[in-house]
Amino acid sequence: MTDVRTPTSAAATSSPLRPLEGTRLLVLRNYVTYKSAWKLFLTGFLEPVFYLFSIGIGVGKLIHAFDLNGHAIPYAEFVAPGMLAASAFNGALMDSTFNVFFKLRYEHLYDQMLVTPLTTSDIARGEIIWGQLRGASYSLAFLVVMWAMGLVHSWWALLAFPATLLIGFAFSAVCMGLTTWMTSWQDFDKITLVQLPLFLFSGTFFPVTAFHGVLRWVVEATPLYRGVVLCRELTTGVISWESGVSVVYLVLMGAIGLLVVRRRLDSLLLT
Amino acid sequence: MPDPTSPDQTGEAMISARELRKSFTSREGVTVEAVKGIDIDVRRGEAFGFLGPNGAGKSSTMRMIAAVSPVSGGELRILGMDPSEHGPAIRSRLGVCPQEDTLDNELNVFDNLYIYGRYFGIPKREVRERAEELLDFVQLTEKARSKVEDLSGGMKRRLTIARSLINRPEILLLDEPTTGLDPQARHVLWDRLFRLKQQGVTLVITTHYMDEAEQLCDRLVVMDRGVIAAEGSPLDLIRQHSTREVAELRFPVGDHDPTAEKIADLGERVEVLPDRILVYSEDGEHVLEQVHERGLRPVATLVRRSTLEDVFLRLTGRTLVD
Repeated sequence: MTDVRTPTSAAATSSPLRPLEGTRLLVLRNYVTYKSAWKLFLTGFLEPVFYLFSIGIGVGKLIHAFDLNGHAIPYAEFVAPGMLAASAFNGALMDSTFNVFFKLRYEHLYDQMLVTPLTTSDIARGEIIWGQLRGASYSLAFLVVMWAMGLVHSWWALLAFPATLLIGFAFSAVCMGLTTWMTSWQDFDKITLVQLPLFLFSGTFFPVTAFHGVLRWVVEATPLYRGVVLCRELTTGVISWESGVSVVYLVLMGAIGLLVVRRRLDSLLLT
Repeated sequence: MPDPTSPDQTGEAMISARELRKSFTSREGVTVEAVKGIDIDVRRGEAFGFLGPNGAGKSSTMRMIAAVSPVSGGELRILGMDPSEHGPAIRSRLGVCPQEDTLDNELNVFDNLYIYGRYFGIPKREVRERAEELLDFVQLTEKARSKVEDLSGGMKRRLTIARSLINRPEILLLDEPTTGLDPQARHVLWDRLFRLKQQGVTLVITTHYMDEAEQLCDRLVVMDRGVIAAEGSPLDLIRQHSTREVAELRFPVGDHDPTAEKIADLGERVEVLPDRILVYSEDGEHVLEQVHERGLRPVATLVRRSTLEDVFLRLTGRTLVD
């Protein structure tokens, strides 16, 4: 056998990328593709605003107030944080399902990335962060609208933005994980089947007290409900232990999703 | 990084495989062995080819060499490193041109090179310069701002090649580089590959085209059903496994088998294909004369030099492209 060169320095055997640089490059790639399609962001931002005007303000005229941890909250102030959480949820969902599926099954984008020094961890983290950022950008804009409309009364509301980042992370990771099991566009009907009830029944438009018994427990255990509760307690300034539960819940959900995504990408792409 | 053209580096093993194996488990739980224990040594600066029909195990081998597919058995070293441990480091020094163009359709032509270059950790300014140079090299400068989907097949292929060169790779892996291209586009591509070889880039090529293997490869292995059937330079392989010339005889449908028996003694070897009989001999014209002397009247005849196709037929009993 011919003499094989033995790499001597550590630099020769390690990745040329700094830690997390790969993740950042993935976000850069997505940013460049969206630079020319920024109008797409507009629809994601406007959707919760329309809901706020039609239901929060329109329907709000018919409803006096809801009770939140013993405080009476005007209806618009009740619905707005629900829409805030939902905007992060919808934004994250768009990218981590449809877009990821397209890149994975049709564009074979990840295959081209994996012949470079990028790894499946970089792809998992990069895509999840991108989904999270997209959701958060809607949320930030929405939060500004809420503030401008006088629907925010507490300094706690500043923390509502990191809260939406957390919601984006949790949903982005789990949805990307689920997407890796999808094989055709028909499978996305299932996503819609889950997305809509989550959006409608997660305490977004009416309090969870409307549910009784087991059903209420079920609703309280769903992820978007945890996000809505967190946002609502922060924007209204009525904080309880429920927010702590939500934070732990969402962090765990995202972390598990991230692990699953990485393992699934390994088994799908590194064959 | 050592200068690839310096003479003291020649003979150095860029890729070495011993008893290399790859198996897949299908959904039904059946294990399929794609590569069944092969030995390979690719040296710096050479153009090395994998020749074989679809399903021979070429692409599986290439994916292992590209450090994206885990080795199932045996030993593989790329640039002296183990791909299971040093994947990113190995990949940073490889260029990969896959079988299907996996360009980023959401980016324009220039950004395809720019973003891809960034994946290698190349600084922004540097990668911009290289992208411009490479667009020039593959004659796509005017298309820099075009969408990828507007490019022709040949242009896409050239862009894929340019992309695979953005990190100035020491080894360039080309999987079926000219499949699906028209003859003119193939020649343009071959010319670019020749130039790279002259610059000292090690080329590893898979193909099922004889002419491509003969044109491009210094040395090649013939693969069939996951094993190496023969190894050598194109010329050596032809000398070893075939005769100098081949007489091709075409008879009316159904006449091939009985006719073959009548002329079996005319060459060193006779192959009956569905549409013609091949007679392997040192002198093809002489074979034709004798065929006529025996009162046989072929519909069409052709005398040609032996090619790798004949080698393959000899070794495997099958033609390459079915």
